[in-house]
Amino acid sequence: MKRIALENLPKLYAVIGQKQSLILPIKTAGKTNFGLWTETADVDLQTLKTVKSAKDAFFPQSETLYTCYQEGKAIKIQPEDLENEDFVVFGIKACDVRGIKVLDQVFLSDPVDSFYAARRKHGTIVALACGQPESSCFCHVFGIDCKEPEGDVVTWLTADYLYWKSVTEKGEALTALVAELLQDCDGKAVDAQKASIASIMEKLPYANLSLDGWNGDALTEKFNSPIWEQLYKPCLACGTCTFVCPTCQCYDIRDYDTGKNGIQRYRCWDSCMYSDFTMMAHGNNRTSQLQRFRQRFMHKLVYFPANNNGMYSCVGCGRCVDKCPSHLNIVKVIKAFGKEEA
Amino acid sequence: MQELKARALELLKNGTVQRVLGWRIGENTYDPEPAFFDSEEAMKDFVYNNFCAANLSKYMIEACKLEGKTLVCLKPCDSYSFNQLLSEHRIDREKAYIIGVGCKGKLSIEKVSQAGVKGILSVTDTDPLQVTTLYGDTTVAYKDAMLSRCHVCKGKDHVVYDELIGESEDTVDADRFAEVAAIEAMSPEEKFAFFQAELSKCIRCNACRNVCPACSCRKCVFDSNKFDSTQKANVDSFEEKMFHIIRAFHVAGRCTDCGECSRVCPQGIPLHLFNRKFIKDINNLYGEYQAGADVEAKGPLTSFTTEDAEPSVVSQGGIR
Repeated sequence: MKRIALENLPKLYAVIGQKQSLILPIKTAGKTNFGLWTETADVDLQTLKTVKSAKDAFFPQSETLYTCYQEGKAIKIQPEDLENEDFVVFGIKACDVRGIKVLDQVFLSDPVDSFYAARRKHGTIVALACGQPESSCFCHVFGIDCKEPEGDVVTWLTADYLYWKSVTEKGEALTALVAELLQDCDGKAVDAQKASIASIMEKLPYANLSLDGWNGDALTEKFNSPIWEQLYKPCLACGTCTFVCPTCQCYDIRDYDTGKNGIQRYRCWDSCMYSDFTMMAHGNNRTSQLQRFRQRFMHKLVYFPANNNGMYSCVGCGRCVDKCPSHLNIVKVIKAFGKEEA
Repeated sequence: MQELKARALELLKNGTVQRVLGWRIGENTYDPEPAFFDSEEAMKDFVYNNFCAANLSKYMIEACKLEGKTLVCLKPCDSYSFNQLLSEHRIDREKAYIIGVGCKGKLSIEKVSQAGVKGILSVTDTDPLQVTTLYGDTTVAYKDAMLSRCHVCKGKDHVVYDELIGESEDTVDADRFAEVAAIEAMSPEEKFAFFQAELSKCIRCNACRNVCPACSCRKCVFDSNKFDSTQKANVDSFEEKMFHIIRAFHVAGRCTDCGECSRVCPQGIPLHLFNRKFIKDINNLYGEYQAGADVEAKGPLTSFTTEDAEPSVVSQGGIR
């Protein structure tokens, strides 16, 4: 175990940031989101949940895939370069790290998504334990341990120090880069924080949330349930839940007319809440908001586990719980079915 | 609340209305959700408390397509939105039975968090709010937990209703146009920096648009797949300079200043400032006008009078 005094963190950011791109929680106009470190950035490790998850670091909301343009009679295709430089994502919470594992299931299985794979190869994850879990958290339901997140390096923030434990080879390399700033120490403070987190976890409102009945085999029964009819009605069909979600992975591919006999083909996150989601030449196979609403939860709790050895594509970060304008969310859905079935 | 619930149930049972549009109790005091109730059984979950901030008027567009009347609960400010939708022929007055509900200023759990309260377990909707948290109990002054729109409330009167239940209170403690005036006083560089910082947070969730009662187009231009900028791609140049400004132009003269756009924004962008700037300019150029106040009134931007400001005056920033 190593540690660094909090007042030295700006030095740590500078040492990393001058060598590699450093992505970490930055406060802009009152809200904290992951962003690229600069010397003037307002780094914020105190806010437990960034508005958006850390997903953008590996799977940006919008990215160009390639550009086509006409040159004489020929059409040239210029693919976008893949990420080829190392970078660090700092301060990711346990739920968001698991979120990336969920994305791995999708983008690293055949056919591998080369853009995503390149970022995963070059990205080092410095995870941060959750000193003060929030009432909307339910990561433990998915077997996630916010006391000791997964990652290349795991860190714990106390009142005076950031404790630092390297876990993987990538983590060792990063630790070597900042070795001068880190001091060896014992793990007592970290053990104390873990005990404190454990006692808070027991008191969380969703401590006993049960996923009984939600699995890959529940397809027909859940799909045809009349409960959806009651649940979806307040839904505004906005994309807030999907865009703040660490695991939502659907994207659309569109063309942007560059105006010079060319197009830029880009992809952007899609939302199953949107009316043009999975729109195809023949039309749309989900024509009502009820169907679109149902899709989101069926995907996370039934279809995804069915195709990924039981792994849910929800990590219990609780962002949708905090952010839905109509106060709908996955917990209400799980509970509504639980109540009905009981 | 009990009087409202009892009356709604009575009207539902005697067949005056087919359904009730109100709020369903959530997991906690602070997360009631808009809901339709069509039976006595369903009405058990009906709630009306000081966290019932959602403006239900837009849900009436869909409700008006259903058989029979819908009882809708409208707060004073929601009634302006209802009227505006009426004047735009988006809803049918005959299909609505309006209970004007009292409002003491609506609370936001986000504001409670912003006051530095972490791990909220329960909260009352009283003054002050009694909050229990994972990290100890505390209190928050009612005014500090109130939505910003309530600090510049349009007043206690409902502009349309069939009957009224509940008292309203004065909540105004700020000047409606002070924030706009502060931005007007900035240099162009400062203004640009301000809006760039705010709008760069936009994630294109479209919550502002979807909640907006003035955004009632059946299909939004931004949802067209023939449009050159997709509604879900966040591209800095567009969000920071175009999308929100185009939307503000589209609702200018029709926006009642209900404040739902700012309430729902997950990134806390003060979107109402765009709309309020237009309202301020409209008041200045065409005389005081409140969208939704009078269903028969002609909108300042959709009617012509010889008293209208000349285009040259408009282009000079509206100084008459």
